[in-house]
Amino acid sequence: MTSSEAASRIELDYAGGERLTMNMGPQHPSAHGVFRAILTLEGETVVGVDAVIGYLHRCHEKLAETLTYAQYPSIASKTDYVAAMTSEFAYVLAAEDIGKIEVPKRAQYLRVVTSELQRVASHLLWLGTWCMDMGGALGGGATIFLYAIRERELILDLFEALVGARLLYGFYQVGGVRYDIPAGWAAQCRDTIGLIEQRIDEYEDLLEGNPFFLARARGVGVISRELAQDVGIAGPLLRGSGVPFDIRRAAPYSSYQDFQFTVPVEPDGDCFARYRVRMVEFRESIRIVRQVLDGLPEGPISSRPGLKSVAQTRIPKGESYARVEGPRGEVGCYLIADGSAKPYRMKWRGASFSNLAVLPHIIPGHKVADVVAIMGSVDPVFGEVDR
Amino acid sequence: MEIKAPIPVIPAPIWRDIKDLQEWERLRQHRPVGDKHSALFESITEGVHSFPGGFVVTTAADAFFNWARKSSVWPVTFGLACCAIEMMATFASRFDVERLGMVPWASPRHSDLMVVSGTVTIKMAPMLERIYDQMPDPKWALSMGSCANSGGPFRHGYHVVKGVDRVIPIDVYVPGCPPPPESLLNGLLLLQDQIAHFRRTGQRAAPNAKVD
Amino acid sequence: MTREQAATLIGERFGMAQVDGTSPLVVTLPVDQWVSFARFAKDTLGCRFFAFSTAVDWKEQGLEVVVRVENLDTQIALLMKTRLGAGISSCPSLAPVYRGANWMERECYDMFGIRFDGHPDLRRILLADDWEGHPLLKSYAVDTPHPPYR
Repeated sequence: MTSSEAASRIELDYAGGERLTMNMGPQHPSAHGVFRAILTLEGETVVGVDAVIGYLHRCHEKLAETLTYAQYPSIASKTDYVAAMTSEFAYVLAAEDIGKIEVPKRAQYLRVVTSELQRVASHLLWLGTWCMDMGGALGGGATIFLYAIRERELILDLFEALVGARLLYGFYQVGGVRYDIPAGWAAQCRDTIGLIEQRIDEYEDLLEGNPFFLARARGVGVISRELAQDVGIAGPLLRGSGVPFDIRRAAPYSSYQDFQFTVPVEPDGDCFARYRVRMVEFRESIRIVRQVLDGLPEGPISSRPGLKSVAQTRIPKGESYARVEGPRGEVGCYLIADGSAKPYRMKWRGASFSNLAVLPHIIPGHKVADVVAIMGSVDPVFGEVDR
Repeated sequence: MEIKAPIPVIPAPIWRDIKDLQEWERLRQHRPVGDKHSALFESITEGVHSFPGGFVVTTAADAFFNWARKSSVWPVTFGLACCAIEMMATFASRFDVERLGMVPWASPRHSDLMVVSGTVTIKMAPMLERIYDQMPDPKWALSMGSCANSGGPFRHGYHVVKGVDRVIPIDVYVPGCPPPPESLLNGLLLLQDQIAHFRRTGQRAAPNAKVD
Repeated sequence: MTREQAATLIGERFGMAQVDGTSPLVVTLPVDQWVSFARFAKDTLGCRFFAFSTAVDWKEQGLEVVVRVENLDTQIALLMKTRLGAGISSCPSLAPVYRGANWMERECYDMFGIRFDGHPDLRRILLADDWEGHPLLKSYAVDTPHPPYR
């Protein structure tokens, strides 16, 4: 659809029907961040979507060329800020891949446990905000939101004990991780995930027994297998459309091959399928965390401890694309190193950028209210989209 | 003899070496000189003040209305980036902000406070200004996080505004990246103290002008 | 199909292409074979998953466009590269072949100024429509001022 100004205007199309251009602006209660969708409506049905992004373009790729490998991981957190460690992971993996840097086993296991806890925390936030979008902030939607945030706070407490920060961390460094788990952390972690597992069952019953939720989620926003692969969406969206692809299975990184977990796949491709995929992913992540805590080896947490200066880590010439299965999909970092302490070029393959690119293909034909449900089930994080 | 009502002053902040930031604030932040009141209201106030000791009445009325205002500040949900997640956590179960009377409200036309949570980019700045303009007076703005305070870790990026106070006037700055909910709550309580000094009959409380 | 088979097939069909590496298979192509190779990758090699498309500014040597596509069933990943040549900033578009290339190429245009021929809707995506300059070029300073905001 053609882009148009923010003002609404009515134009007549060939058949004599009226088309209204409506702006779902960057400030919107359910826009999940700064996203602008210029919808062309015929009555209540959306016939065209022009997605305008870039309201959070923070120049990550250009800044990465000015920051060293030791400085950038904490900035990398701010791409996917809901699951910040996944972004750091991709960057650090790319640098280690080019530099052929060994990561000790304990560090790999710690990376896995934090990644999976991030996945649980991110999916809790997704569940809360999606249900709040569909239910309304003062209507019933805030129910699941408040419950989910309550659970998420427990996981953020774990991170605060480990790293010192709740949301954005500088936990990963090239060669390993920065901090070791404190005493009692493993026990607290086990208690937390046990509690969350029970509560997830409650939320599932609550939602799936609700006919309004089912009516709003079933059959809405169907992404076909072919469209999913063509546009390049990944993660729960791809698995919800029937493609059994998970990077942790297909190209295991950081000792994921040591753990047993199933990859949920649903054939339907609608919002409900993506919801089911994420609900199963909760349980699988909790399973992985338990396995990691049971088998955590002793050893150093970094092969490059004691970083004395920010320019100490030099990566030789080379390039690499490292990807990580984030909660939203494939978060990748294409890094070109030139032998100095700073990269020559770094490109973020943001999961949400590719996921959002599918919106103009699936939204037309739905009602305006379905736009909100689809946006929520796509679960974009605009740090990743705009970088 | 006409008795002029006293202008309330906010206590000076602890840090005193930021002379040029205050300079910047005085020069760059445009605030309305007076809030818009009806002529009838102005004449009533003048009438009350013409009596000796009349300002006691308006001061008491001020205190009452300020208490009402600060106990019911409705923030507009203006989450831009990572700080928005912490803002949502502040509004949610554990660090409940509704006990302070703050109901997050999506429409700027019905809100009092704009919490600018996240990086302001050049593409977003006009939208932010437009949302701020849509808020009716009296309104306050709180800059949350280092990106909104000064551009933050992205300050040197070509698309990042070096602080949201280049776009709208700010009352409270909350540092952090992101500020944990405790910090944001501290900032909101500081804002409530500022509101308590707000003067219904005229200008906002002037910051301490001459600090020697 | 294994990677070795894919590499031999590429060598047969596209003689001028240079194939290195194992995973991903890095294929360096001349610009005129760009779209035909993409179609070949999608139809014959089965690489239907479009991962990303980006560009690199090699200063005097010019720009380079990099695309990664993948076959999710057999785990064959192709990293396609093409050098546009010094001073040249136009490239044929892959949007007719892969729908994911639409937004990725808009971003390359926005950041590098590469005009993609055949793209249905080439306009800026991340920056405002009236922005001057293409930021990720090495000649653009990271802290370029933009009064009154910075």
